[in-house]
Amino acid sequence: MLRFYSILFSLLMSLSSFAQTDSSKISRTPTDTSKMQLNMDAVYNRPFLQYGKIPVAIGGYAEANTQYAVTDGVTEGFSFQMRRMTLFVSSSIHRKIKFLSEIEFEDGTKEINIEFAALDIQLHNLLTFRGGIIMNPIGGFNQNHDGPRWEFIDRPIAATQMLPATFSNVGFGFYGKTYKPKFVWAYEIYLTNGFNDNIINNTENKTFLPATKLDPERFEESFNGIPLTNAKTSFRYKKIGEIGLSYMGGIYNKFEDDGLELDSKRRVDVMAIDFNTTIPKANTVITAEFAWTFVDVPDTYTQQFGNKQQGGFIDIVQPIIKKKMFGFEKASFNAALRVEYVDWNIGTFKETGGNISDDLFSIVPAISFRTSPQTVLRLNYRQQWQKDLLGNPPARTGAIQFGVSSYF
Amino acid sequence: MRTIVILLICLLGIATGCKKIMPEAPEENELLDGPVDGLSSQEKIQFLKGDVAFNDEVFTSQTGLGPLFVANSCGTCHAGDGKGHPFTSLTRFGQTDSSGNQYLHVGAPQLQNRAIPGYTPETLPAGVGFSKILPPANTGLGYLDAVSDADILALADPNDLNGDGISGVPNWIHPPAYCQERANTVSHNGKYIARFGKKGAAYDLLQQTANAYNQDMGVSSSFEHYDTYSHLDMDPEVSNETVNNVVFYLKALKAPYRRNADDADVRSGEQLFMTAGCDKCHTPELKTGASSIAALSNKTFYPYTDMLLHDMGSGLDDNYTEGSAKTYEWKTPPLWGLGLSKASQGGSYFLLHDGRAHSIEEAILMHGGEGFVSKNYYQSLPATEKEKVIKFLESL
Repeated sequence: MLRFYSILFSLLMSLSSFAQTDSSKISRTPTDTSKMQLNMDAVYNRPFLQYGKIPVAIGGYAEANTQYAVTDGVTEGFSFQMRRMTLFVSSSIHRKIKFLSEIEFEDGTKEINIEFAALDIQLHNLLTFRGGIIMNPIGGFNQNHDGPRWEFIDRPIAATQMLPATFSNVGFGFYGKTYKPKFVWAYEIYLTNGFNDNIINNTENKTFLPATKLDPERFEESFNGIPLTNAKTSFRYKKIGEIGLSYMGGIYNKFEDDGLELDSKRRVDVMAIDFNTTIPKANTVITAEFAWTFVDVPDTYTQQFGNKQQGGFIDIVQPIIKKKMFGFEKASFNAALRVEYVDWNIGTFKETGGNISDDLFSIVPAISFRTSPQTVLRLNYRQQWQKDLLGNPPARTGAIQFGVSSYF
Repeated sequence: MRTIVILLICLLGIATGCKKIMPEAPEENELLDGPVDGLSSQEKIQFLKGDVAFNDEVFTSQTGLGPLFVANSCGTCHAGDGKGHPFTSLTRFGQTDSSGNQYLHVGAPQLQNRAIPGYTPETLPAGVGFSKILPPANTGLGYLDAVSDADILALADPNDLNGDGISGVPNWIHPPAYCQERANTVSHNGKYIARFGKKGAAYDLLQQTANAYNQDMGVSSSFEHYDTYSHLDMDPEVSNETVNNVVFYLKALKAPYRRNADDADVRSGEQLFMTAGCDKCHTPELKTGASSIAALSNKTFYPYTDMLLHDMGSGLDDNYTEGSAKTYEWKTPPLWGLGLSKASQGGSYFLLHDGRAHSIEEAILMHGGEGFVSKNYYQSLPATEKEKVIKFLESL
């Protein structure tokens, strides 16, 4: 890791020194607008900076915000948050070989993660090998999560607290795409290290797939020696939009250790559907995702940890004004709305037959001002209702957030 | 320019409407949690520490949960500090009289019906007497803790000398060595008056808390250090400081506030409650003595309990007991907070010791033994009068 940062630092310094000599040679790599893009393309479709013909490009984004939240009349006051700063470096080793890495610093340096560090070797349009730390393609948000792309300061709750957002693992696989004039179709299939039993043994007190990320050894070895299977297919029809169907599943528990059988093999399976489109003329952008998780929780464990979950979100973004504003050529002023829902525990109590709640519903109206597609100032208001396991009157939260997010 | 104006209007609107669009706190009398008034700053800090340990700390297998357990946090059983739900009911077994528990070797007194993966939970031995017990509300426990033994004994009438058919008795127990005697405590043949739990078999809140960590969550402490699975002496999995903070939190929780106390129907219902003789066990008013928490010292409060055991009849006899209580005897539960029970039990009532009553009326009608006469009186009332009694009870 230290070596990686040394290289990164050297790279940044060298670019800086180039800049001192001839800044005109630093250019933004143009994003590919010739083809219809899919969520899976988001990882490379970023505004990288490149110096001359050097086959290395760097980039990143940062986001910061302030927040004032009140839950049932109680507030912790104002907070300023540096949610994340992400650095990415890509290099073209060959016309058909690319490498990209993405390092994320969350909440200052509270969490530092390699989110992506994979080599792509294109054998054919329909067959590109990818290996390294890859972003598991479950849903759309996990693939396309850069802050500046969204009008909302918080990431979708279903995509972060039910599905594990920016869930990446070491693994290998293939992806491929085929383009036709009116549509593009793609697939991805990978085998990676998988989940661990933190998903039902965590302080969130619920089945919580993101708890897998707490295992510091997950990039070093598989928790149980059985790979996680991950597959996604996406289809974009020019006049309709993109739809993605994804699945990941495998064994999450340590069923044997040192040759001794400890438990039966217990599965976790996740399915997601994602959709995005832009309504012609009105230019309304709709992004939606819904996911289901199925976890084999032992019957003798507590019902606090559910074996079924579901949740999703829909974002509607409407550009209101799109013109030169404040000296920014491609500025836009947008109104947006997010509606989101998660049920962390679908089922009924064995003791009473009553519904198990543990669910959340939230609406987030927002306005945003984009100086360009790469930089956004956003103002969000959240109204949220969260019920506990028993379904007692919900905790009601209101939050006002203002923040900025930008590629750099 | 127009853009700037729109932006400014939006920002101004949000800034001025900020407070109005934020969720307001529920009325204080709708909540069971929160501290008593008058805590010092140091006491508030300790209260907050206890609050976090009680409501936020979730045990995992890495931090001491199990291997056998019933729940993985205090808050799981006591949502919002209110009464519990059958999902976390406790099953106790193996004791039918004051001679002690005959099933300690197989996991008694409490069944740990859940286990971390890879382990098998306990099952009830065939034919054993058992009782299911719902977690009680936590509110006002510090007040009950500060009532003097003398005051409790003054309410007792073991031989029913006054002939009213009510013969409350304390539960006499041998407290564990780690319990400190309260000031002016009364002992009888080496036994002391216990006052917490559905059978009133815990001497103080430290015993109640240490037992809950150990028996409910499988978490050992220096107070209760035997593992419920292996029965071996274990290192503490929760610190003394945390246990003490939780005990303080429980002591310093406020008593529930009345609602609609001035409503005419509620006042009539209260009168009917007295006329029925319910108040002979559900004693409205008690007083605290001296307490280590100044805010609790020498206060008059209204729990609607006499903290004594009463014969509740064969219908509520589960053939299980604790301490010196008989299997048909139950400690009078405080009625304060009764009207808020549904808000901590998932929207439904689960009343009496095991939650078998799904409404206040059902709970009244299940009273037998010493409560039989009062129940009959209630039953004889016209529907409108019954409603007033219920309204009164819901106002507590």
